[in-house]
Amino acid sequence: MSGNATSGIVMPEPNADVIARRAEIVAAMRAIVPGEGVIDAVNEMRPFETDGLTAYKQLPLAVVLPSTTEQVSRILAYCHRNGIRVVPRGAGTGLSGGALPLADAILLGMGKFNRILDIDFDNRTVTAQPGVTNLGITTAVAHAGFYYAPDPSSQIACTIGGNVAENSGGVHCLKYGLTTNNVMGVELVLITGEVMRIGGKHLDSGGLDLLGILVGSEGLLGVVTEVTVRILKKPETARAVLVGFPSSEAAGECVARIIGAGIIPGGMEMMDRLAIHAAEAFVKVGYPLDVEALLIVELDGPEAEVHHLIERVAQIASELGCITLRASNSEEERAAFWAGRKAAFPAVGRISPDYLCMDGTIPRKALPLVLARMEELARQHGLQCANVFHAGDGNLHPLILYDASKPGELEAAERFGADILLLCVEVGGVLTGEHGVGIEKRDLMPSMFDETDLAHQQRLKCAFDPDSLLNPGKVFPQLHRCAELGRMHVSRGQLPFPNIPRF
Amino acid sequence: MQTHFSLAQLADPHIADAEQVLRACVHCGFCTATCPTYVLLGDELDSPRGRIYLIKDMLENDRPATPEVVKHIDRCLSCLSCMTTCPSGVHYMHLIDTARAHVETTYERPRMDRLMRALLAAVLPHRGRFRLALAGAALARPFAGLFDGVPALRPLAAMLRLAPSRPKLPSATEGVGRFLAEGPRRARVALLDGCAQPALRPEIDEATIRLLTRIGVEVVRPAGAGCCGSLTHHMGKEELALANARANVDAWWRAMEDEGLDAILVNTSGCGTTIKDYGHMLRLEPAYAEKAARVSALAKDISEFLVERELPAPVIPAGLRVAYHAACSLQHGQKVRTAPKELLAKAGFTVLEPAEGHLCCGSAGTYNILQPEIATRLRARKVANIERTDPQVIATGNIGCMTQIGSGTAIPAVHTVELLDWATGGPQPAGLHLPAAAA
Ligand SMILES: Cc1cc2nc3c(=O)[nH]c(=O)nc-3n(C[C@H](O)[C@H](O)[C@H](O)COP(=O)(O)OP(=O)(O)OC[C@H]3O[C@@H](n4cnc5c(N)ncnc54)[C@H](O)[C@@H]3O)c2cc1C
Ligand code: SF4
Ligand code: SF4
Repeated sequence: MSGNATSGIVMPEPNADVIARRAEIVAAMRAIVPGEGVIDAVNEMRPFETDGLTAYKQLPLAVVLPSTTEQVSRILAYCHRNGIRVVPRGAGTGLSGGALPLADAILLGMGKFNRILDIDFDNRTVTAQPGVTNLGITTAVAHAGFYYAPDPSSQIACTIGGNVAENSGGVHCLKYGLTTNNVMGVELVLITGEVMRIGGKHLDSGGLDLLGILVGSEGLLGVVTEVTVRILKKPETARAVLVGFPSSEAAGECVARIIGAGIIPGGMEMMDRLAIHAAEAFVKVGYPLDVEALLIVELDGPEAEVHHLIERVAQIASELGCITLRASNSEEERAAFWAGRKAAFPAVGRISPDYLCMDGTIPRKALPLVLARMEELARQHGLQCANVFHAGDGNLHPLILYDASKPGELEAAERFGADILLLCVEVGGVLTGEHGVGIEKRDLMPSMFDETDLAHQQRLKCAFDPDSLLNPGKVFPQLHRCAELGRMHVSRGQLPFPNIPRF
Repeated sequence: MQTHFSLAQLADPHIADAEQVLRACVHCGFCTATCPTYVLLGDELDSPRGRIYLIKDMLENDRPATPEVVKHIDRCLSCLSCMTTCPSGVHYMHLIDTARAHVETTYERPRMDRLMRALLAAVLPHRGRFRLALAGAALARPFAGLFDGVPALRPLAAMLRLAPSRPKLPSATEGVGRFLAEGPRRARVALLDGCAQPALRPEIDEATIRLLTRIGVEVVRPAGAGCCGSLTHHMGKEELALANARANVDAWWRAMEDEGLDAILVNTSGCGTTIKDYGHMLRLEPAYAEKAARVSALAKDISEFLVERELPAPVIPAGLRVAYHAACSLQHGQKVRTAPKELLAKAGFTVLEPAEGHLCCGSAGTYNILQPEIATRLRARKVANIERTDPQVIATGNIGCMTQIGSGTAIPAVHTVELLDWATGGPQPAGLHLPAAAA
């Protein structure tokens, strides 16, 4: 285990030879990226040691902030020639540690790629540099009544490049799909320094569908330097309804019945009491504070249809004993209803100095059961848990509250988290949702994929990056030299924690 | 976020406060996106989250500030956009103030930088000295270009360019301690005397006083009150800043004891943010803590005060196109967002809201003098956004923004209160040239 990562995640052994050549490597980087784009002072590298998953920290070899594709290409070609590892980083909001540095790797920050390159209303596309924020794309086209549909809660800050890498979802993905359903093309720099284009402004560009492989590849296949996304016309009407329930179970049941009735809301989200209180303290939009669970259901489409659907949702909700029901009456109010939900994770920072954000998916019908069991687990582990979820698609985000300054609390939180994930599996769910594997769920991969699956996934990685220089130590539990893959054995028995899934 | 302070470190109340702020940060990164320096530079070190981390590392290790850390702290505008964005309620302002004080006491700046700062701290907060300097600057202005060539002297060039080409004469309202309400007295307020504003644009105080007395408010300016201290506070010169704060608390306290005050009004929002923080700044001084907290509670921006009152019906034709520029100190520092726009709309103006309203114009106290490059880029971005709304006049609540934006566009920039005064019977604001049809 290298450096100062704080928990039991094993990272690839740093290459001492590379570390010994640090000065020479930094000089080479400076020759490519002039000015302030190369950071090697320890106190300036410190802020890059972690991302949205703060439980893990590691200083990089150096931070490099290029601003042109040409620079990225030269950096990668140099690293390829010299066997230096590279970890790409967008805005560093990732929750699975995908941008966690390595002691012997260049941390390649894409923050300076922050320009929109092309807006094409006829083809309904926007082409942006990867460091443009998700919200920045919508802002650029909002004046013409368009928007970019996938809206992670972190959309204010996360980058479109990071979204592509993580295949991020958001509250509106229930109806409009994840990143992968909305990205049309990318420009990619391979570890060799070659620049390639995949897809474009049109739906099917022929050839192998590499785009599907690339989206969600977590920086393991190449560095994205340009992204073309589809934009959508804003729906004629969109209204969000806040529904408060006296119990999480009732709210969960409501979700199931809405979907059961054939309604596909634009978004359907749920928060529990702790999350509601934290979010309301920030946005002050009037979330009900005397309820145990709050649903936000958004209905969009032609006005008459929206009106009708709101009535149906209201009827279902009242049959299930909802306490409050309020529909937004203006665009501002609708945005405000969502603002609280989108800020819910960090708003929890108001009540707890640290949290672990879990990410699992369960069959929707299991929601009431899982909620009840989770309350039990919270008592058992002596920690609080705030719940926020994309209720529509069964993607749970329990936030385990802990205080890293208190000895043992991180470990207790990790145990609690493992129990939650086990619970997800037990009810027939899966261990990831939308935050990616990174290092957080890396060691759980063998419980989701068998040997053959994993071997083939790694072969794909080898096709792009045979020396495993791009973001090694992420996603795949064990590093294998590509030549050995045919003989690879990844079995549960060999993993350090056979029964308790790590995250 | 987890912090690592020893008990001994936490015994220092400044460190204890900083630790509370740091712990509230969950490292989500939301704030990076709305930080003007991150938007321009794309480097996390020039973002709130990056600065928070740099400061955390410096304070935890009890390390003297290093040149790298100072660079990124100096680049912070203290615009507090990050505080508006932060869902977790991180009090960035108190953290950066502590960091600046730490820099001031542990770091030796290069000589020119030190001199420049000493000069600004010695001149700006004193109206008399500032007037003299402005007169000198008017003469030296043609030579600004000479200083551009020497990096260490660029702040001088920037300062000269910002100074008005013709110095203003002191207003007749200056030095007067009391302005009686017209008609029955409905309220009594103290108005901040200020330092730089009356020298740069005395019309603002004149308009404020006319408008307030017109609606039945008595305005007092107790002797002894003066500069709020924010300029030196933001340079980390704590002792100077606290001396200003104490003097103001004393002066206003006397006015409160004497005939009572309904509010302490501030028409320079940069000062307002600091005065509203006196309670915190003086919390460790038993003789002042409570009084300062009372003063902070009474402090209000002029727009906050006016929006709760009935203003006379407008007497000028409606429809003048006004771009409202929200000063950071008002929108982020004091969270006063709607009052100025509401007031302008009620007075018959057509209020335009430029895009990227949350981003700073680059003025930020002495920032446009000390960080001319970033400030000029921010100004260009701000002016472009404003001009895109095609306004006839720009209204804002802070003299710093007026000077900064005004130096980058031909469109006149005035204080919101000047427009309100004009609409309700005062003179047309100076510098406002309107085509016959619009006026
Ligand atoms: C409060 C909060 C709420 C969140 N809500 C959601 C949510 O609702 N839905 C959701 O899906 N996620 C959510 N996330 C997670 C996170 O915001 C997303 O995963 C996001 O896509 C990460 O983007 P980023 O720019 O921050 O990338 P980073 O965190 O910097 O990097 C993430 C991964 O992408 C890689 N990468 C980044 N840029 C590039 C590039 N240009 N080329 C190649 N690889 C690259 C990195 O190597 C890393 O593996 C949330 C995070 C936070 C803190
Ligand atoms: S105060 Fe302004 S410049 Fe400073 S970190 Fe916050 S947003 Fe950035
Ligand atoms: S938004 Fe707040 S909690 Fe999030 S990183 Fe910034 S300061 Fe920290």
